[in-house]
Amino acid sequence: MSTVIDKRPSTLRGARLPKWSPYAIAAGSAAVAIGVGTAADLASRVQWGLIAGLLFIISTYVIAARVEGRRQAKDRIATCLVWVAFLLAVVPLVSLIWVTVERGVKVLDVYFLTHSMGVVADTEVGGGIYAAIIGSLEQVGLATLIGAPIGVLTAIYLVEYGRGNLSRAITFFVDVMTGIPSIVAGLFILSLMLMWDMQPFGFAGSLALAILMMPVIVRSTEEMLKLVPNELREASLALGVPKWRTILKVVLPTSIGGITTGIMLAVARIAGETAPVLLLVFGNPFINNNPFEGAQASLPLYIYQQYANSAGSGAAYDRAWAASLTLIAFVMILNLVARGIARWKAPKTGR
Amino acid sequence: MAKRIDVSGLTAYYGTHKAIEDISMTVEPRSVTAFIGPSGCGKSTFLRTLNRMHEVTPGGRVEGKVLLDDEDLYGAGIDPVSVRREVGMVFQRPNPFPTMSIFDNVAAGLRLNGNYKKSELQDVVEKSLKGANLWNEVKDRLNKPGSGLSGGQQQRLCIARAIAVEPNVLLMDEPCSALDPISTLAIEDLIGELKERFTIVIVTHNMQQAARVSDRTAFFNLAAVGQPGKLIEIDDTERIFSNPSVQATEDYISGRFG
Repeated sequence: MSTVIDKRPSTLRGARLPKWSPYAIAAGSAAVAIGVGTAADLASRVQWGLIAGLLFIISTYVIAARVEGRRQAKDRIATCLVWVAFLLAVVPLVSLIWVTVERGVKVLDVYFLTHSMGVVADTEVGGGIYAAIIGSLEQVGLATLIGAPIGVLTAIYLVEYGRGNLSRAITFFVDVMTGIPSIVAGLFILSLMLMWDMQPFGFAGSLALAILMMPVIVRSTEEMLKLVPNELREASLALGVPKWRTILKVVLPTSIGGITTGIMLAVARIAGETAPVLLLVFGNPFINNNPFEGAQASLPLYIYQQYANSAGSGAAYDRAWAASLTLIAFVMILNLVARGIARWKAPKTGR
Repeated sequence: MAKRIDVSGLTAYYGTHKAIEDISMTVEPRSVTAFIGPSGCGKSTFLRTLNRMHEVTPGGRVEGKVLLDDEDLYGAGIDPVSVRREVGMVFQRPNPFPTMSIFDNVAAGLRLNGNYKKSELQDVVEKSLKGANLWNEVKDRLNKPGSGLSGGQQQRLCIARAIAVEPNVLLMDEPCSALDPISTLAIEDLIGELKERFTIVIVTHNMQQAARVSDRTAFFNLAAVGQPGKLIEIDDTERIFSNPSVQATEDYISGRFG
């Protein structure tokens, strides 16, 4: 009895390009692009890159369609496009951080963080951002103290209690508020200040920033509260727990991680706002610890003013970059803290 | 502690939709009453009207009377929160609080109601977990999260949580439908023990289960989809499953429809 080896081709397995083929195609298209570039004497390297990219996509499609079939070729094209989108998003981000770090570290040291401009002229070397850090912390802190409770309570009303026209109206106005440009929020507070004939002070900036952060917090908290399963609310109510205690002890603890993250993201957003601060807080080279009286400094405003008043002086540019780096680090640390809290407070699943 | 429930002429709505119509029955104390019937016939809705959980659903409202030992649950001035402390509930899907440990889950009812003594808490938790036949399995890990338990254990944890507040009546909405046969058996044994202390009402899709655990069985049905559900008959379980007085009941339990 002889064994018959069935050599029929499998219908489940098609021809595949080898693993190294994308790299080979990429190298080939790059070589052709360089050739075309030098032959046609194209000055811009960006043009070379574009030619190489186009060649890569076209030749990938053609080769894959020949060897693997049209469906696989489309799959490869889709993969290419996703990669392109990824690179388009990452390149500016990385280059922004790179440039900020590169230029920012020049004058960023303990002296810079603990001293203010004072009488140092904008064109001179020296000075620092202590006043700006104090101002930013106080203004953003006060704005959060106002905005976070109102935002969270509004979201609780909308999700747990809101029925009918009032809640629809609130939702609508929150949506409208999300779209308010920051300068408009600043002008609104400025008009109030002018009515009572007031001079710029830190808390006025906080009020404008609170207006900007409230809708963001309402939206994110709303989404988080909606994620809490209704079964948990019913379980608590069925134990004879009043609704307000159910919200306080069951709904909020379950969603506290997400709510904190939302608040931190809102804080990060307003920490970089310049326009309302420019109008309402005015900027101050001297240290002013009192947010309720007198002009204050603030990090984004400091960056703007150093650039605007530099008169071409390198020292002012360096300070602006160092302040930018500080601001980015500040927001980054806030985000890390928020993630830490979210992970720490998240519902536990371990055994 | 167990109390009698007398329902008369009860109709429940979701908005304008009438879910159940004109239901009257008596639930005896210290017994298990099972509700059976096809899906959508209003068993669960009726169950939820017994501790005023129906009105938690937006648009839910009720007409008629539910007497708990001669006190109308829907009478004027009755606080639904107090009603729910007297009439506890176990849900279809186990729903322990995910942020709380096993201990805190059982203690939740007392803690969240705010009237307890610290020294009592330990005893109440132990007693409730023993009552739910869960103590031996979890006594070494009371501080672990409740969501780490198996489905059957979670459901018994929810029963322990419900009986920790010492209700008079325990409502169970298909408590075993998400569980395997072994866990189901554990819960059914538990129901047999709990009926010594509580009045128990259980909704089930499993007719064998109704036959095994209940003393009395009520059959619900609806004329057509979109029509309100009605109580067809309620009688001793033995009689319902051997010689029901209504033809529809016999058709349903013998598998001729539904």
